[in-house]
Amino acid sequence: MNEHVLREPGVLAIYAEVDAAAAAIERLRREGLKDVVVFTPVPRHELEHALHPPESPVRLFTLVGGLTGAATGFALTIYTSWDWPLITGGKPIVSLPPFVIIAFELTILFGALSTVLGLLINARLPRARLRVVYDPSFSVDRFGVFVAPPLAREEQARRIFRETGAVQIRERPEEIRVGTL
Amino acid sequence: MATVLRSETHPGIASYQEVNRDILKILGRPGRGYFLLLAFVLAVLGLGIFAWMVQIVLGIGMAGLRNPVGWGVYITNFVFWVGIAHSGTLISAILYLFRARWRQSIYRASEAMTVFAVMTAGLFPIIHLGRPWIFYYLLPYPNQRQLWPNFRSPLLWDVFAVGTYFTVSATFFYVGMIPDIAAARDATSVRWRKALYSVLSLGWRGTDREWKHFTRAYLYLAALATPLVLSVHSVVSWDFAVSIVPGWHTTIFAPYFVAGAIFSGLAMVITLLVPMRKVFRLEEYFTVHHFESMAKLILLTSFIVVYAYVTEYFMAWYSVEVPERFAFYNRAFGDYWWATWIMLTCNTVVPQLLWLKRVRTSIAALFVISIFINIGMWFERFVIIVTSLAAEYEPWQWGNYQPSWVEMSILAGSFAWFLMWFLLFMRVLPPVSVAELKEVLPAPLRFRRPAGERRP
Repeated sequence: MNEHVLREPGVLAIYAEVDAAAAAIERLRREGLKDVVVFTPVPRHELEHALHPPESPVRLFTLVGGLTGAATGFALTIYTSWDWPLITGGKPIVSLPPFVIIAFELTILFGALSTVLGLLINARLPRARLRVVYDPSFSVDRFGVFVAPPLAREEQARRIFRETGAVQIRERPEEIRVGTL
Repeated sequence: MATVLRSETHPGIASYQEVNRDILKILGRPGRGYFLLLAFVLAVLGLGIFAWMVQIVLGIGMAGLRNPVGWGVYITNFVFWVGIAHSGTLISAILYLFRARWRQSIYRASEAMTVFAVMTAGLFPIIHLGRPWIFYYLLPYPNQRQLWPNFRSPLLWDVFAVGTYFTVSATFFYVGMIPDIAAARDATSVRWRKALYSVLSLGWRGTDREWKHFTRAYLYLAALATPLVLSVHSVVSWDFAVSIVPGWHTTIFAPYFVAGAIFSGLAMVITLLVPMRKVFRLEEYFTVHHFESMAKLILLTSFIVVYAYVTEYFMAWYSVEVPERFAFYNRAFGDYWWATWIMLTCNTVVPQLLWLKRVRTSIAALFVISIFINIGMWFERFVIIVTSLAAEYEPWQWGNYQPSWVEMSILAGSFAWFLMWFLLFMRVLPPVSVAELKEVLPAPLRFRRPAGERRP
């Protein structure tokens, strides 16, 4: 392992209990250190309440995708029917009831795919940076709180982590490789 | 010291760590039994592929399809496998929206079953084509012939419904798995696995930002998959209901097919989970409570199916239509009486055993019953398709259908194809959700919760 060790400026605290991590986030925010990154193996309400995140914009992607799908479904069926107007069974060229089925399926298809797109864009996935602040225990049972305050306030962050009972506090945590290409 | 609480749904699992250990252990090096089973499955699949090749080279006449029965085992298989798929989406999406607390451990395997069953089902319309190499004529794309598909045809609705179903369920399956693939990435030291999981996990770290958008996206995907699953088997049923064949032309078909699909799919989930539970010692994960809940849903859907059978017979009698009445008389007492009675026994009589709690909580009994239901539901589709076509309106047109060895080999091959994917999946991707299971386990806490607060 001769690879150059990258270190991220900031402090990473590892917690064994979710309520302790939530308490730390709340104290950091109260004391003005709002730029925190939280790592958790499972989404927990305690952490979400401590963070007060704004509503995720993924729902807009779902809505726009779904509406695009419906419009595409009707446009495709109506346009192609007129492109070769052949009357079958005495039915109108534009027979809307069966076209609703196509439009419905495309609503779901486009809605689902754009939801995934919204997830990837908003969550910044897949990661372009391969080496990041992380610890493999975050996918098991540990909760992480990372904060990158100005140098003068690092001591303050460390104190909060100590007082809320972090199992481990890492200064300038080493970056770990989580992606492979 | 962290307070130790026990989960209500999984009392045998003490900690988050245990979940990672038990589930990711499955992704270890498989034993000899696994490879022997896989080899057997591949051999049967080879037989199916050989039979299809024979049919492609010598023509569709190698199947037993003759006038008047143009749809036989192939379309039976198509409907059967699409139906199997449905309960996976029921467990992963519908029970998610209902916040059912018994879906977390079983949904991943059921969802995998959905994806593989749709992959199996999708083969059959193509196998059924006389010239399968031009199956893409079904897709609407600008072409030199300046032709577009006929969107008024139910068969084209199928292309859209099944195509969308496959895409959405595969997407839902993969997206839900990203955090677990990351957990597998962090746990493994095998090189190819590390590389595979690193790519598939997209660099997931479980940050608050990732989870926030992930949970929302998952909710909307579930909300989209729910109407989709109900629509897919409805559309499949309209392949039949829209035509004017006695025994097919009824409005009850869509709900009848959807209920039957969930009924058969739940049975298939049990058929798959019971051996999995035994081999990988997942008793704490797939608890008796999970199986009992599925058994109750099977009982419920079996009653919807029974209701549909009764309605069909009643409507045939009430319509005073001679061909319609004959079609149903012919089902029960005609040349295919045995198929009808197998179907009725397996789908209406056998599930009644599930009234007994002793049966519902006996894994062995459920396994046997689930196999009966699988057989019964296959025959249901066979009966609907074949008996109706064999004796339509004009007696001089009547004729019987005998499946050929090609069709039966492809039927066997389809099971092998499905099992091959499932076997590969179990050993390569986490077959039980690691992250979601932790949602029903008590979180490690430093302080006791204030009295009166709901336990996790």
